[in-house]
Order: sequence, then structure tokens, then C-alpha cells
Amino acid sequence: MTRAAMMRIALIATLVVAAAPSARAASESDFNAAYAAAEAAEKEAGSLRNQWITTEAALSAAKKAAAKGDFDAATASARDAEALAKASIFQATSEKDRWKDAEIH
Amino acid sequence: MRVLAPILALVSAACAAIVIAQAAPAAEKPDPAADAKAFRNYFVTKFPGVKLEDFVNGPYSMNEDMRKQWREKEEFPPYDFALDAGREMFATPFRNGRTYADCFENGGIGVRQNFPYFDVKQGEVVTLELALNRCREANGEAPLSYVKDDMAALTAYMAFTSRGKPFDIRIPDDPRALAAYENGKRYFYTRRGQLNFSCAGCHVQSPGQRLRAEILAPALGILNAMPIYRSEWAGMGTISRRFITCNSQTRAVPEQAQSEDYRDLEYFLSYVSNGLPISGPGARP
Repeated sequence: MTRAAMMRIALIATLVVAAAPSARAASESDFNAAYAAAEAAEKEAGSLRNQWITTEAALSAAKKAAAKGDFDAATASARDAEALAKASIFQATSEKDRWKDAEIH
Repeated sequence: MRVLAPILALVSAACAAIVIAQAAPAAEKPDPAADAKAFRNYFVTKFPGVKLEDFVNGPYSMNEDMRKQWREKEEFPPYDFALDAGREMFATPFRNGRTYADCFENGGIGVRQNFPYFDVKQGEVVTLELALNRCREANGEAPLSYVKDDMAALTAYMAFTSRGKPFDIRIPDDPRALAAYENGKRYFYTRRGQLNFSCAGCHVQSPGQRLRAEILAPALGILNAMPIYRSEWAGMGTISRRFITCNSQTRAVPEQAQSEDYRDLEYFLSYVSNGLPISGPGARP
């Protein structure tokens, strides 16, 4: 086997592996896991009194899509919600003392 | 040497304690009076052409075109209906025969400038809206919605009876009162929501600037005109409504009306506007 052929096979294999998760339709258990993670992150944001409207909207969209049996959309929305919730947690944590920088003195 | 050793140990420990005490930064003690002075100076310096008492007119103090429109609007103020309704509600007895006047000093007339205050018995900030609902509940009536309609009408009337009186917010010598003030300040300066805005981001750093079609109001005197008729709302709104709307606009989930944070925020914002006249009810675009 030539070096070029070996490279081609390696590239195809890489692409197949990379594409595999998105090619597979999300299952109900994928959604449940993604939703549970998003909900936990949003709960933590809530304990910091820093939830975002967009997170709530993504969680709601995830539930609606799951109720229709569209677990691809539901899982994607749940993952969006988790990312947003984590961003709001980061914001609350970093603002814990940083707000003082903006204070008028 | 046996005698000297403990003495040397004590001396070195004392020296270490002094070094540590000097190295550790002393926790800054909150100073609301200094805050209020700095707050006022900031706006007066930023807007040298605006008279101090004019800051209570919000965006109209920042923009001449808007001021002209406002003056014309004030000939038939859009809050007049609410004012009349509030006057009537205030005078109408509860089912037990008592009235709102029985719940307030001076019969509730000309007292708006003293709210919010820190209740040392309850250990919390009491806003005018909260006091009105507590008055209702104490007299067997259901509480009103905090955001608009009847509550806005009642507070409009009470504000009207205080027009021209300067805000006179006190912080009693009570660590809980100081903590409430500090919490309000923290809330004011903290960024929140997906758009990463703080109250200060708009009303300290950008007053007079446009946010879409709106001219942002300065934080100094921002509550003096409350409650307001907002054209955007096509109706009246209370301070609670204003806070909730601000939070939503930054895509933050708002707190419940009259939450501790919101009451503390009102306490802070009112305190730093001490001395500026009550101008409510107001009208805003």
C-alpha cells in the first residue's frame, strides 16, 4: 500500500469516527441525560440567583420537542440549555467581587 | 537562657502579629454618605449643563427634543387617570371601615419621600408598595399586584402629595440596615442576564445614550418620578415593574416583585438620591 493510499484511509476513518455521533439519531435516553445535566446546571444558576430567560426557553423547547418524539431537536435544545446555564454560573461567579470595579468612588 | 526563651518567643509572636495586621488589608467599612456624595458628583461632573434637581426628570434632562415633547405631554398628563383612581381608592374605606390613611404617618399625605425605610423591628427594608399591601392585609383585604393598575394608582397619588419634597432616606445605626444598603449596591453594579448588563451599565455608564429608540435615564434621581406612565407599556407601572422589565431586557430571569434584592436595590437607589425632589407620578416614552 502506498503512503498516499494509507493517508487516504486514515483520513476517511477519521471522518467516519468524527461524523458518527451526529449521524446517529438521538434516543430518549440521550435526551434524558442531556436534560438532566441542563436542569442540574440551571438549578445551580438558580441557587446563585442568576438564571437566564434564554436558558429557560431552551429547556422548555427541549421538553416540547421530546413530547413530540423529536429527540434530535430535544437533545440539541437541552445541550444549548446546559451551555447557557453554565455561562450564567460563570457570570455569577466572576461577578461575585468584580462588580466592585464598576462602583463610583 | 531558659527565662529569655519564652520572652523572645512572645516578642517574636507579637512582631509577627503586627506584621500580619499591617499586611492584611483592612476590610472596607461601608460608608453610604460617601457613596451618595460620590454618586452625585459623578453625574454633576458628567453633565455640567444639567441642574441637580433636573436629574429626576430622567431622559428629559438629557435630551432637549424629548424635553419639548414631554412639556407638551404634561399639559394633559397620561398618568392623570391613575392619579384620580388612586385618590379615590385611597379615600375609600376598607370593609372594616378603616382606610389607607390609618396605616401611615400624617395620614399617608406627603410621606412618599420617606420610603423605603429600614424597619428595625422586622429587620428589613419596607417600600411604599410593600407597606400598602401590608396595610391591606392588616385590614382583611387581599394584596394588590405589585406591578401596575391599582398599586400604580395608589403610589401615584401618594407620590403626587409629596411632589417637590426631597428624598429623605435614613440608614439607622443597625448592621442589618447597612447590610441591606450594601446588598442593594451590589445588585445595582452586578452584571446579569445573557446580555451581561448591570443596572449601572445603562444608568451610570451610558445615560443620555440611545438604547434603540430610548434615551437612557441617569441613575441619580431615577426613582423620584415613580410610578410612571410608560408609552411603551401603554399604562402605568410601579418601581417593581421597572426592575422586572430591566432584568428581562438583559435576558435575566427577574426576581419576584418586592423580593429582598429588589427592596434593597430601591433602598440604595433612593438613598443616593437623597435631597432630590419627588416628581412622581411621571411619564416616560
